[in-house]
Amino acid sequence: MPAPLLDEPELDSEAKQATWTLNFGPQHPATHTTLRLILELDGERIVKATPHIGYLHSGFEKLGEHLNYNQYVTIVDRKNYISPPMNEVAWHHAVEKLMGLELTPRCQYIRVIIGELARISDHLLCTGAAALDLGAFTAFLYAFNLREQIYDVYEEMSGYRFHPGYTRVGGLLYDFNDRVLDKIRKVLHSFPQVFGDMSKLLFRNRIFLDRMRGVGYLSKADAIAYSCAGPVARGSGVHYDLRKDAPYLAYPDFDFEVPYCEEGDCWARFMVRMEEMRQSVSIIQQAMAKLPTGPVNLPIAEKLNLPDKATTYNSMEGLIQHFELVMPNRGFETPVEEIYAAVEGPNGELGYYLVADGTEFAWRVRTRPPSFIHFSVFPHIIKNHMLADVVAVLGSLSIIAAELDR
Amino acid sequence: MSTAATPSADVAADAAILSALTASLGDGAFTVARFRDNIRIHVTPERLIEVLTALKTRCGCVYLAELGGADYLKYPGRSGTRFEVHYVLRNLDTSGKIVVKAGVDDPDPTLPSVYSLWPGADWMEREVFDMYGIRFEGHPDLRRILMPDEFTAFPLRKDYPLRGRGERHNFPKLTREES
Repeated sequence: MPAPLLDEPELDSEAKQATWTLNFGPQHPATHTTLRLILELDGERIVKATPHIGYLHSGFEKLGEHLNYNQYVTIVDRKNYISPPMNEVAWHHAVEKLMGLELTPRCQYIRVIIGELARISDHLLCTGAAALDLGAFTAFLYAFNLREQIYDVYEEMSGYRFHPGYTRVGGLLYDFNDRVLDKIRKVLHSFPQVFGDMSKLLFRNRIFLDRMRGVGYLSKADAIAYSCAGPVARGSGVHYDLRKDAPYLAYPDFDFEVPYCEEGDCWARFMVRMEEMRQSVSIIQQAMAKLPTGPVNLPIAEKLNLPDKATTYNSMEGLIQHFELVMPNRGFETPVEEIYAAVEGPNGELGYYLVADGTEFAWRVRTRPPSFIHFSVFPHIIKNHMLADVVAVLGSLSIIAAELDR
Repeated sequence: MSTAATPSADVAADAAILSALTASLGDGAFTVARFRDNIRIHVTPERLIEVLTALKTRCGCVYLAELGGADYLKYPGRSGTRFEVHYVLRNLDTSGKIVVKAGVDDPDPTLPSVYSLWPGADWMEREVFDMYGIRFEGHPDLRRILMPDEFTAFPLRKDYPLRGRGERHNFPKLTREES
């Protein structure tokens, strides 16, 4: 249902002075991250919204030119800190495409699993926080409790709960062990209960429905014109998903649906995210069921990825390769070329435009950040809504400040 | 080096975009480079809008997926312009994609804005302006986006040091009384 937009007000000069300005953020409890909005209000109605970004800017793209392809994974983790493994997958996907590498089947499956776990984790926070902002605290707690179990998986697989830094060029930090698989099974086992609890709390909740439906309407044409991607675009009826339409990793092996809605309001985006979580669970189940055996890293002869500890300490080749890769002015050679490669992140197309100059340092690392693009749509879709709708729309766009500012 | 990644089905869709573009403009309007599964075309700033409009209206590339810049100062083996701006376009029906690149040079790097074709380019062009100082003619609101307005340098240029030149320390300090 399209938003019942009010007519553009015909303000005379006296009434124009009656609008007032509200600084919303940068640190506001309802924005979760550091966002600054300057709202021009007529009573409670928003006449104009001006987002100001850059508060958190820390030069991530410049750092990418001074860290090598393996080191930079710690920075990409911090771009979207709600779903770090997906950023890692995206970054090394671009690097491996630049180098022309084909990953081992086991590595591809593991990357699909951690990527989908990150998607579930991101959507849990997004949908849970949307509920929290609109007054439903319990749903948020259910969602966050499951996120804790996903953190347990990260901790078991890499040693870090929040920023795993798990992928490497041509492979992974460690292989999955049995305890990781057990913890993933635990997440999958808990998911239906959490999903059921959240849907019982929210799907027929009159307050929640009224606050979400018809709010923040984005038409299909606008979603395309404004370069929206992911659940924001799919909530407006743009049926496009890189996992299906430009497949990467092992995604062609899995059977899943791409949910989409035609409504284009906050409710549609919320529902798309909820359904995507179920599809992600199904993908992980399929990947676990047919997880290939074999190595996760490319063979040592490729001279690309850091050998694991056993190889480093027990073989001369491993020791030499480890030395070559970690010493400054060594490392592997890259083609003097450039490439654009993207994956379907939780919020949409997460791409990297990489320019390489032959050394192990990238010449240029450009991130295509979904939050940045979606926040530029915000002034357009919030117009003529109420002040209280700001948090609903912000939540439904899932704006992450670190990804905005980089 | 191991074998190249397996070619995916969308490579054919990329080639279809290129042939549609050649059919509509002739191949004098751009030069083509290919790397892995990327098809990259280089155009001059004068013909940029013409090529992008043709891609949007006649080749089905209605979606501007990405826009960004790069500085090639002292890039190995390079003789072209200092800066380049890339546009990644997608055809949402066939999943084809194409990368369009336009080069500009010092001292006054200027490109036509694509805001009229894609309003989504608004912030992306502002970011390129903020980081590289490339101006976009016809952009409705070309201001700094990440850096504060007082900032004078362009931080992603290659001749700008990683740790800055001390601009941050020279900003006027606002006390609570003055604010």
